Amino acid sequence: MTTTAREALGSRPGTSTDRAGHQDVRRRATRRGAGWQVKVPLVLYLLFTLIPFYWMVMFAFRERGSTSLLPLPFTLDNIQHVWVDSHFATYFANSMFVAVVSVIVSTAVAVMSGYALARYKFRGKGTFQLIMLCTQFVPGAMMLIPLFQTFQALGLMNSLWALVIADTVFHLPLSMLLMSGFVANVPESLEEAAWVDGCSRFGGFRRIVLPMLVPGIVAVGAYAFIGAWNNFLFAVMFISQQDRFTVPVALSYMLGEFGVDYGSLAAGGLVAVLPVILIFGYVQKFLVKGLSAGAVKG
Amino acid sequence: MTTINHIREGQAPPLVARRVRSSRAPYALIFPAALLVAVFLVYPVAKVVHSSFRQENVLKPFDDGFIGLANYSAILRDDLFWSSLAFSAKWVGTEVGLQLVFGLCLGLIVNEAFRGRGLARALLFSPWAVAGILTTTIWILIYNPTTGITRYLADMGIGSYGTSLLSSSSGAFWAAVLAEMWKGIPFFAIMILADLQSVPGELYEAAKVDGAGRIRRFWSITLPHIKRALLIATLLRGIWEFNNVDLLLTLTGGGPANATTTLPLYVAQTALETKEFGYGSALTMVAFLILFIVCVLYLKLTKMGDDE
Repeated sequence: MTTTAREALGSRPGTSTDRAGHQDVRRRATRRGAGWQVKVPLVLYLLFTLIPFYWMVMFAFRERGSTSLLPLPFTLDNIQHVWVDSHFATYFANSMFVAVVSVIVSTAVAVMSGYALARYKFRGKGTFQLIMLCTQFVPGAMMLIPLFQTFQALGLMNSLWALVIADTVFHLPLSMLLMSGFVANVPESLEEAAWVDGCSRFGGFRRIVLPMLVPGIVAVGAYAFIGAWNNFLFAVMFISQQDRFTVPVALSYMLGEFGVDYGSLAAGGLVAVLPVILIFGYVQKFLVKGLSAGAVKG
Repeated sequence: MTTINHIREGQAPPLVARRVRSSRAPYALIFPAALLVAVFLVYPVAKVVHSSFRQENVLKPFDDGFIGLANYSAILRDDLFWSSLAFSAKWVGTEVGLQLVFGLCLGLIVNEAFRGRGLARALLFSPWAVAGILTTTIWILIYNPTTGITRYLADMGIGSYGTSLLSSSSGAFWAAVLAEMWKGIPFFAIMILADLQSVPGELYEAAKVDGAGRIRRFWSITLPHIKRALLIATLLRGIWEFNNVDLLLTLTGGGPANATTTLPLYVAQTALETKEFGYGSALTMVAFLILFIVCVLYLKLTKMGDDE
């Protein structure tokens, strides 16, 4: 556990000769290559993963009525139709707003509380952590009714802020625990050295801890973004005004229509999937390593 | 470290540590998190408990009031509750079992050395980022009766034209299982891969020298090392599959004829459609208690909490 977390922070243990030796073994293994026992299942599983993506891309760019297995005859009509006529540009902007604000709020709050949990002993810490852990067992569907009532009382129905709050709160406990793991892996002695040199607690945090926390922040931020972007249940429950729809809500309405237009649905799906896939592609290495410090939602 | 030892041994701690101890800083730092969770998680949960003992319906507010355990006794007589509970068990068991097996295989595969491994990992894990309704959207295109995959299979002589997997209850079940596996297997693989990377390579070298074969090395070295990750991933995945609403709600809508309605889906439908908040709250409480009891049993049986 600790080794992987330390690797995530970029400070591998071991000497440089050690590392060179390690790379040597790896290079030899790569040259030898994997046998068919690895390659055959790998290719099969790649097909299983990629065909659904391909199917969507094909539908999105294929002319209506075509049964070709390639996106031929090629057309941009579906994309144009969805983006302009079906107002996906608006839904995309709404989703982006919710996801970005949710990322900012949850990482900021997670860094603060994660730092407190990793570095301080204080009364009530155990209780606080226990409550946070327990919230992990609370199902989203369970929160629908009371959150509906709470947001109604606060006048936040049909407000994108309701989604920001709900998404942030739901991801907060895990983000916080992950973050405290990352903070704990920054050697405390580095910070102490900074204090001795005259840094304040905050100065030490900003100059020493924060730069080393970047991979953790990226991982937690990506996790918050993906969660908020994908959220459907809260969005469909709290938003009924069409110009406030998020992308998942808009998709659900397309699915609910009698006689679904599959070309448009595919185009809408593509618009919806692209941001999460791009972000995931960028951070997946951090995620794989960061995950070993805790666990992240699926 | 030295400061902590000072404190433990009851000696006078150095100046820095004393300042830290008496500070109100930790409370200030956890305040935003605590406030958010208290207002939007703890209070709502308390509200569910309260509502579960009341008649509450947004559409009929004049009927609202305290009705004791009436909601709970109605649940026991509710056929849909029992059938959705049974389906939940079938759903979680099937999903978690299949994802565990395939996730373990996938994790082992991408841990091997081969050209393009980094790219393969990024591609194979990507469905993990595509949750809920976005997954449904993708799979609806594959399952649709007119131009979906069944049409092309029919062209090759498998099955018949115009069939929709989603119209029969077993078809809908396996269609949902497959779609959910597509996005769930990567999670297992990621968790397992993270742990596989911490298995010391020297162990394998030593085992090889001692003449242990591939399978023996897997059983004696790999499996014990990743046992914890497997147990944790199974537990988390089980909780999330139980609570999963998005995919089933949008892919099958709980149908045909409620054949794919899980307990949380039943709760969501009660809230969304009939607005029976009191009854929905009681259902929620029951779902939560069942989940809680199963998790505690799991932790006891696997002795997972003990070694900490």
